[in-house]
Amino acid sequence: MALVEIRNLRKVFPLGESMFGGGAKGEVTAVDDVSFDIERGETLGLVGESGSGKSTLGRLVLRLIEPSSGSIRFDGRDLLALSGKEMRHLRRDMQIIFQDPFGSLDPRMRVEDVIAEPLVIHERMNRATRRSRVAELLRAVGLDESARQRFPHEFSGGQRQRVGIARALALRPKFIVADEPVSALDVSVGAQIVNLLADLQREFALTYLFISHSMPVVRYLATRIAVMYRGKLVELGNAEQITTEPKHPYTRGLLEAIPEIAV
Amino acid sequence: MRLMPPSSAHWFGTDELGRDILSRIIYGARISMLVGSSVVAAALGLGLIIGSVAGFYGGRIDRFVNVIVMNAFLSFPGILIAIAFVAFRGPGIFNLVVALSLGGWVGYARLVRAQVLAAREREFVEAARALGASDLRIVVRHILPNIIQPIIVQAAIGMAGAILAEATMSFLGLGVPPPTASWGAMLNDSRAHLFDAPHLVAFPALAVMFAVLSFNFIGDALRDFLDPRSRMEAGL
Repeated sequence: MALVEIRNLRKVFPLGESMFGGGAKGEVTAVDDVSFDIERGETLGLVGESGSGKSTLGRLVLRLIEPSSGSIRFDGRDLLALSGKEMRHLRRDMQIIFQDPFGSLDPRMRVEDVIAEPLVIHERMNRATRRSRVAELLRAVGLDESARQRFPHEFSGGQRQRVGIARALALRPKFIVADEPVSALDVSVGAQIVNLLADLQREFALTYLFISHSMPVVRYLATRIAVMYRGKLVELGNAEQITTEPKHPYTRGLLEAIPEIAV
Repeated sequence: MRLMPPSSAHWFGTDELGRDILSRIIYGARISMLVGSSVVAAALGLGLIIGSVAGFYGGRIDRFVNVIVMNAFLSFPGILIAIAFVAFRGPGIFNLVVALSLGGWVGYARLVRAQVLAAREREFVEAARALGASDLRIVVRHILPNIIQPIIVQAAIGMAGAILAEATMSFLGLGVPPPTASWGAMLNDSRAHLFDAPHLVAFPALAVMFAVLSFNFIGDALRDFLDPRSRMEAGL
């Protein structure tokens, strides 16, 4: 059984609603009838241009956005049938790493509180245990112990992204959606983060949905690649096959358009 | 001893009953601070809760609270609601506080709602939701600390407004009943002596002015202090 099973997922956003509700002027189909599985332990790369719906899809998979129709099964459970409370409880097994390493960290919380927050929410433990768990996590993502007492704005983009990764790892989730985790970073820092994600995957037996607009990055990490175009999944296959013999013209276009950058 | 101008014995002079004005201003400060802080606390508390609910949940709740309730209250001058309330319920400190809070919460609620509406779209709020945080936790731990600055500034300015409103109510005889000293009531008592003993009017008026000005400055100072970025730059 696959860890994540997505069937006929659709998300339609209404455009412009009046103050009194209703009267929507139109709608945009951000994700259109998408189905795929994510197997345990694999990295599914999701590529597509800006506005292709890949970030929306990533959030739908975690039910951070409610889909318009379709089904999502996670670890055998139907996510859409869960109550708010059950859903919150299940979130410990599924996490997200955001694109913007600044916006996704609460500017008023110290790094230690940011990383400890999932532990505070889901696990009862005393202060000392929590402190040592935070220390472990900081080590795991390659940050110094001195980072604890500092605020997010005191760090560089790459370091902040490490804080975000530590937070996502805190509960030892099974599944992580990485939503363009390196596209806000410069190339060398991005490469370090990609390598960190690969190391952590081995260490913690993680399953990734890795969203990116960069084919080279996805090719480096992913076991399989899904290509999205205008809300639809146009191609899905092994990383090797997609990058060497793409079947869909859009995939070929993506491969040709991106200059080769070694990662 | 009545209506004496300022002297070394009575620094601010005496009023028409021979009472020392400085002493009455000092005692009047108690009423101003008590009423001011109670009104701000009550109005802010109510405004935080109503504004957060409207801003965070949006949709129908927001439309009802924002369009109907808030606009209804905003369409009345606050002082009119207060006068009507006190006229109905009778004067006294408690009624005065309730009366002024009744018109005061809308300003906070509107500010809180607008701030929450903007803050809930920020990515760290989505991050907290992704972690499995409850709505209450998201609002209390993530949204409110990030929007509290303008609210604190508003509260300090609101404190100034509440002091002024208390003085107005007391001036109209709808505040604290005599003989309790209140700046507004002192101004009312001295109306008849505006030309023969102007110090009777000047000192309570200055007291109101300095109190109002001070709370505006306090609001500014608090804003600077509460921002961790400017605190870093100040080396604290």
